[in-house]
Amino acid sequence: MNINLTLFAQMIAFAVFVGFCMKFVWPPIVKALAERKAKIAEGLAAAERGHQEKALGEQRALVLIKDAKAAAADIVAQAQKRATEIVEEAKADARSESGRVVAAAQAEIDRETNRAREELRERVAALAVAAAEKILRKEIDIKAHQGLVDSFAKQL
Amino acid sequence: MAASETLTSQAYIQHHLTNLTLGVHPEHGFGFAHSSAEAAEMGFWAINVDTMFFSILLGYLFIWFFRRVAEQMTAGVPGGAQNFVEWIVDFVEENVRGSFTAKNPMVGPLALTIFAWVFLMNLMDLIPVDLLPYLFGQLMSVFGADPHHVFLRVVPTTDPNATFGMALVVFGLVLYYSFKMKGVGGFAAELTMQPFGKWGMPANLLLEGISLLSKPLSLALRLFGNMYAGEMIFILIALLYGGSMVLNVTGGLLQFVWAVFHILIITLQAFIFMVLTIVYLDMAHQEHH
Repeated sequence: MNINLTLFAQMIAFAVFVGFCMKFVWPPIVKALAERKAKIAEGLAAAERGHQEKALGEQRALVLIKDAKAAAADIVAQAQKRATEIVEEAKADARSESGRVVAAAQAEIDRETNRAREELRERVAALAVAAAEKILRKEIDIKAHQGLVDSFAKQL
Repeated sequence: MAASETLTSQAYIQHHLTNLTLGVHPEHGFGFAHSSAEAAEMGFWAINVDTMFFSILLGYLFIWFFRRVAEQMTAGVPGGAQNFVEWIVDFVEENVRGSFTAKNPMVGPLALTIFAWVFLMNLMDLIPVDLLPYLFGQLMSVFGADPHHVFLRVVPTTDPNATFGMALVVFGLVLYYSFKMKGVGGFAAELTMQPFGKWGMPANLLLEGISLLSKPLSLALRLFGNMYAGEMIFILIALLYGGSMVLNVTGGLLQFVWAVFHILIITLQAFIFMVLTIVYLDMAHQEHH
């Protein structure tokens, strides 16, 4: 309970402890705390950036999807148009082809008809000559009467 | 553990309030004091070995533990010990930031040392009052000493030497920074020119001088008084032991209740000492107040 030398000894001890604390204890702890603070702030900022980038990416994706949908619709419409065109072309081709075939057939028929007619005409001419021979019972000079026979045959 | 039959209550209390004092006695020469009277007769050139031993041990414990944690400090995920240390340092730093407006790298470590050291010294109060003195007495009796004349006070903060020692260091810092920040003239002006202006100079000096001197005095006496009273109550409760069963049970209950309450006091006193130190130093750093 007496004030004695202990007072000064305690003052020295106290000063030494404060000195030690100031030199070896306080700085590393405070430094680590400050570092952690910076680290956390950095992490939070990064998270915030990530959020923003995600939102931006989502927006971009939405735009891309919209564009892609529009393009797809476009392509489908074009394809449909093209399909109808092809069908129309095919129809036109078929029509012209059938016309050609019909025309060819008609020409063949015409040719055959003509040939038959020629044959018939010649047969009739021969028949007429034979008939005339029979009727006239005399020989007719075929050369002298060729014009007569031809005009007769043409009248058939 | 209670007052043994050969000791009266008064002697028991006296025994607990006497430091283990080493010094030169005018009659018995150099050695430990065998009574509080002898300790007083040794005068100034004596040292309280128990106060020194426990305070330095606890201060060393604090520095050792914090230093060990500080060496393995990481800014990443902290471990258990680091968490604990960070919690305390954060708490102290927050108080410094809240009360101390100037810039001084010494205030933080100073506040931390005060808080941790005073807390640890106060904490010794929770060790049962008779335990360490009894063991020490038995130990000394092995060397031929009479255990009734071997003293040991385990709570350094119940020794005014310890509290005044710290308070005087703080006071020295207050004076140093007052002179450094305000200059001799500025500090003198602060002491003499207010609150009544230059015509009230003597009254100013009286008021400001008292307020200045009351700083270390209140710091030291507040801590000493609280811890001394707390210890005294533990001693008084300990006096109940050794009587009837009812007294023993009552004593045990009282000691438990007081110990729980005391946890608050020891923490609070450490905190108050720290905060007042910060505030006093802040005032010393300010140009005007």
